[in-house]
Amino acid sequence: MIELDNVAYSYGGDDLLSDISLRIQPGSFHFLTGPSGSGKSTFLKLCYMDLSPSSGLVQVFGQDVRGLARDQVALARRRIGVVHQDCRFLDHLSVAENIALPLTVAGRDVEAEKDNLKALIDWVGLRDQQQQCPPELSGGERQRAALARAVIMGPDVILADEPTGNVDWEMSQRLMSLLIELNKMGKSVMLATHDLNLIRTTKNQISARVLRIANRKLQLAGADL
Amino acid sequence: MKAVLASLMELLRGDVQADRVVPPTGFTATLTTLTAGAMAFLAVFALALSFATGRLAERWSSELARSSTVRISAPEAELEAQTRAAQEVLRLTPGVARSRILGEEEQRLLLEPWFGPDLPIDALPIPRLIEVVEEDDGYDAEGLRLRLAAEAPGAVLDDHTRWRRPLVEAANRLRVLGWTAITLIALSTAAMITLAARAALAANAQVIRVTRLVGARDIYIARAFVRRFTLRTLAGGAVGTLLGMGAVALLPRAAEEGAFLTGLGFVGLHWLWPLLIPLFGAMVAFWATRGAALSALKALK
Repeated sequence: MIELDNVAYSYGGDDLLSDISLRIQPGSFHFLTGPSGSGKSTFLKLCYMDLSPSSGLVQVFGQDVRGLARDQVALARRRIGVVHQDCRFLDHLSVAENIALPLTVAGRDVEAEKDNLKALIDWVGLRDQQQQCPPELSGGERQRAALARAVIMGPDVILADEPTGNVDWEMSQRLMSLLIELNKMGKSVMLATHDLNLIRTTKNQISARVLRIANRKLQLAGADL
Repeated sequence: MKAVLASLMELLRGDVQADRVVPPTGFTATLTTLTAGAMAFLAVFALALSFATGRLAERWSSELARSSTVRISAPEAELEAQTRAAQEVLRLTPGVARSRILGEEEQRLLLEPWFGPDLPIDALPIPRLIEVVEEDDGYDAEGLRLRLAAEAPGAVLDDHTRWRRPLVEAANRLRVLGWTAITLIALSTAAMITLAARAALAANAQVIRVTRLVGARDIYIARAFVRRFTLRTLAGGAVGTLLGMGAVALLPRAAEEGAFLTGLGFVGLHWLWPLLIPLFGAMVAFWATRGAALSALKALK
């Protein structure tokens, strides 16, 4: 699905990532950990083509990203659900409209898919908040709305960048249970977090690989977790 | 053609969902509509000027081109003889269709605007005037002048070229100026809309980032702006055109003697032409916004 082969990324002359190789297989669950500033977000951006590698090969759904036109990138992104720590909503739209945004920009008739939308909103527990605007939501509600938006197109891969960074433990667990449920439905999940407790708790429930970025390189985390 | 019509219908129908995604920006919306209205108003006048000067040039060309005058100034004793000689020369000149001596009453009417209705024409040494009407191919003016000089020394041929040509040239230049003004108005409209579209795109950078993140193609984002700016220009242009047409219609009627100053306006089917201005403006807005949006999106990381 997403494959990185000997990838390096540098910015302003500084190497942020180097010698990164990874294959995200269908139905896999990866944790990506490392201290703040280690390059977790950069790694995810390479995966959803927001950044281009300085060297090495990134293939998304079998296509070398270097050869992709903008429109092809847009089409590929419809198969990747992304959840950011800051959610990135359009504040002038309601929660329901934000969740439906991927359908809207894909030119699909939202009205025709309102049942799916309703089911998804219920699934993330935002039925009562769906007509509110994002600034009116709590941190946990925003993250759940972001997750709903990430999965509404039925993506093959979900990339989540510190989705539990701004929520309490209970809400973290709730978000994790949603991600686990998606994984059990066959979706690949890559979750970047610096919260080791969260990883330890979740590892018991699913078969997940834990990766760590240290010294700009990607490593398989050991028994210290 | 079908594809163009389909695009136009899609544009007019709009897309409520897409329009919700890009929030309207009050500043650029008002600016676009107002400028489109003002430009359309000016375009109506420029168009009216072009048509009016076109008519003027045509009239001066066609009405005066085929007529000329022979003026005979001679002592009274020789006047009749020279007039007959001049008429004979005219009769024999190839290209002259007919000629006739203007009567006293006609001469008095010609002089009336300058000397009033009570001019004692009999008491004044007024030259004799012969009106000459040409055939389509015209005549050799220089040759005629030489023959008149030989047969009737007091006869002077005035083929109106001396004053008609600069007037026709002036009218034609005014017409070109009118079309130049319309072109400049279109270019100014395009420039203004490009700037407004770029301002709107810059103001919506976050919207663009988020929509791209969830899989929006650049053409989708551009279309939302194009639709908005095109419809605003169409609406502003329609109002400006109607106001301009109303102002032109209220101009004083053209009188025979003051046609140059008061003849600005449209005649008959020419009134349909200004109705194209809002459509043309919308077309300019469509391409200007599309170009601006796609180039700005391309530059935007």
